[in-house]
Amino acid sequence: MIVALVFLPLLAAVIAGFGNRMIGNVPAKLITTGALFTSCALAWPIFFGFLSGASTAQVVPVLHWIGSGDLQVDWALRVDALTAVMLVVVTSVSALVHLYSWGYMAEDPDQPRFFAYLSLFTFAMLMLVTSDNLIQMFFGWEGVGLASYLLIGFWYYKPSANAAAIKAFVVNRVGDFGFSLGIFGTFLVFGTVSIPAILAAAPGMAGSTIGFLGMRVDTMTLLCLLLFVGAMGKSAQLGLHTWLPDAMEGPTPVSALIHAATMVTAGVFMVCRLSPMFETSQTALTVVTYVGAATALFAATIGTVQTDIKRVIAYSTCSQLGYMFFAAGVGAYGAAMFHLFTHAFFKALLFLGAGSVIHAMHHEQDMRFYGGLRKHIPITFWAMTAGTLAITGVGLIQVAGLPSLGFAGFFSKDAILEAAYARGTEAGRIAFAVGIIAALLTSFYSWRLVFLTFFGKPRWAGSEHIQHAAHDAHDAHGHGHDDHAEAHGHDTSHDVAHVGDHRDDPAGESAGHEPNAHAPGATQVKHGTAGYYPHEAPWPMLVPLAVLSLGAIFSGLVFHSWFVDPTAGEDYWKGSIAFNEHLMHAMHGVPLWVKLAPAVVMITGFLIAFAAYLRDTTIPARFTATFGGLYAFLLHKWYFDELYDLLLVRPSLALGRFLWRRGDQGTIDRFGPDGISALVVGGGALTRRLQSGYVYTYALVMLLGLAAAATWAMMR
Amino acid sequence: MIGIQHFLTVSAILFVMGVLGIFINRKNVIIILMAIELILLSVNINLVAFSAYLGDMVGQIFAMFVLTVAAGEAAIGLAILVIYFRGRGTIAVDDINRMKG
Repeated sequence: MIVALVFLPLLAAVIAGFGNRMIGNVPAKLITTGALFTSCALAWPIFFGFLSGASTAQVVPVLHWIGSGDLQVDWALRVDALTAVMLVVVTSVSALVHLYSWGYMAEDPDQPRFFAYLSLFTFAMLMLVTSDNLIQMFFGWEGVGLASYLLIGFWYYKPSANAAAIKAFVVNRVGDFGFSLGIFGTFLVFGTVSIPAILAAAPGMAGSTIGFLGMRVDTMTLLCLLLFVGAMGKSAQLGLHTWLPDAMEGPTPVSALIHAATMVTAGVFMVCRLSPMFETSQTALTVVTYVGAATALFAATIGTVQTDIKRVIAYSTCSQLGYMFFAAGVGAYGAAMFHLFTHAFFKALLFLGAGSVIHAMHHEQDMRFYGGLRKHIPITFWAMTAGTLAITGVGLIQVAGLPSLGFAGFFSKDAILEAAYARGTEAGRIAFAVGIIAALLTSFYSWRLVFLTFFGKPRWAGSEHIQHAAHDAHDAHGHGHDDHAEAHGHDTSHDVAHVGDHRDDPAGESAGHEPNAHAPGATQVKHGTAGYYPHEAPWPMLVPLAVLSLGAIFSGLVFHSWFVDPTAGEDYWKGSIAFNEHLMHAMHGVPLWVKLAPAVVMITGFLIAFAAYLRDTTIPARFTATFGGLYAFLLHKWYFDELYDLLLVRPSLALGRFLWRRGDQGTIDRFGPDGISALVVGGGALTRRLQSGYVYTYALVMLLGLAAAATWAMMR
Repeated sequence: MIGIQHFLTVSAILFVMGVLGIFINRKNVIIILMAIELILLSVNINLVAFSAYLGDMVGQIFAMFVLTVAAGEAAIGLAILVIYFRGRGTIAVDDINRMKG
């Protein structure tokens, strides 16, 4: 059953990918989507089996892979409580995204390829989460990286998409370098790559040292940190995060599946899977905590000023991944996995909702050109609201015997924050404080997104995309209403090339509040709508939104006891992660203000967003005028891209150019191929002159030769 | 008294004239043929001179052979020349440069 679950997506990907035009759009979509729903249907019973305690961890061997001396690697599918969570997350979100893509990609000329990539990604991710050894995990790890690259660059005719795809791949290579070093080191130390064997042997190695770069360092710390570098790359943690926002160049379903719900959580999964190993090194855990906390704060601050709807959610993802990491860092692996689980639902929901908005707004992604969409796309609005309530963590804490009640994010985020506080270490307290600030920012930017998009007056007239759409519709049929799909269709390729035109506009924040600032032409001034009326998406897009909304609302409430409860959690995890029972107990004993703090900052963030984007829309403009430096700092994403450009990209370009001009062209070519050919040409030119064609010169040469031969014969 | 060295000197002068006749001559292929005859004759002088000097008849007999070969060579050379003239309309040395690739 587990074999079918994992390999069905691969089979579907192969059929759809290689069949492509031969089998046509609809069969390709049917096969891939059908395979994914089947996998999903197989995954839930496994998860419920673990929830009820009936199932136990098992390993299903598939094939022997590598046998080389001590290195024995099998293809084997490991199913335990941790894997079950990931199976459910991956297959559910993937199946829903497949369905959603029926609607979202309906106009795309290259659909079988898209669906094949999606299924291929799902297969790779399933390989990753079911891996029984580090090599197989690395296979899945690279597989999802490849699928991510292919999907970010799916619209390969957009230079920005290609650049983003390459950036994602290269930045991930940096992390993968650390990961592979970690695997090598693990094999060196333990003599095996099998995860259970490593985890069993890990406590015995605590405190030993190993030589690394000429220094003696703690073995477990070194290995954990190297592996964590890999996790940082995949999960877009501070320093290696730059690829994630750029990855939004891909189609929105891809962002939802890969860059929000599943692939980016692979790092968190890996840390949890190897949690007994991380537990042996306090230093490594502290580093994980600090990196996670720093990312949570850093990404949240950037999220507050972005204007591209997808980028806001991308930074939000980055920030939430930071939460998961510091949860793992303080030893609350259950809470980390819980947040991963709930986050997958509400973040996929937010992304798919954003996709629905973008679809309705004719590929306009800039929130400054939205506004007032609540009435036009009500289902999307309610879904997005559910997602926002979930991510900001709306809920009631447990008071006087009443059970706590709330959206998904409420349970998981509060569990993380309480665990961080309850840990009691300095790193834990700092992470808690940072998490609270990040929660404030999360609430602010999430509500800002909702208010800018769905409330206020329409501000569409300034958007080029909308002008195109309205213009086309008017010309062709007089009224824009029912022709949206068609206008959308024949304009798609043209429009996607324009995505990002408005980005990084320094005057950004204020522009949205002057609706007609950019609107030329008399026909477009009325109400700022430019005569364009957005439509609700077709049902294949709405069904996933509805299902994910249910997940965003209930997944926390229903599942929290298994993930973080001291006793139920212990029963559920059964040692698949290093479940810290004492910490889970301590979580419930934290002071009341610790429990209330997330709610307080959540409400504060909501009120600030409410004041700034609904009541008095001049506040953002005044704020940016007053704190221009801070605003520019955040708008340029803490200048990380600029810094990397200066420190890494330019020097490597300069080095490359130097090696190319001086090293390759100047030395190797000059003395190598070019030198030899020049020698041959020169020698040929010289000897050509001997070949005069005159008989007497030949005779002379003959005579000289004869004389020389005679001389030689005599002198001998 | 005329010794062997005089014969050899004359022979050497004739040989060098023959060789220079081949290389310095830029006018006519017939002159080249004549220069070759000259070289062969200088060799003959050498052969006969040494034959007399050493009292060995072989040298003189060899000179006879050389004369025969020279006659044959002249006949073939002139025949080639006639054919060449028919074909190209010239026998000037500077025009005969078709041997380069």
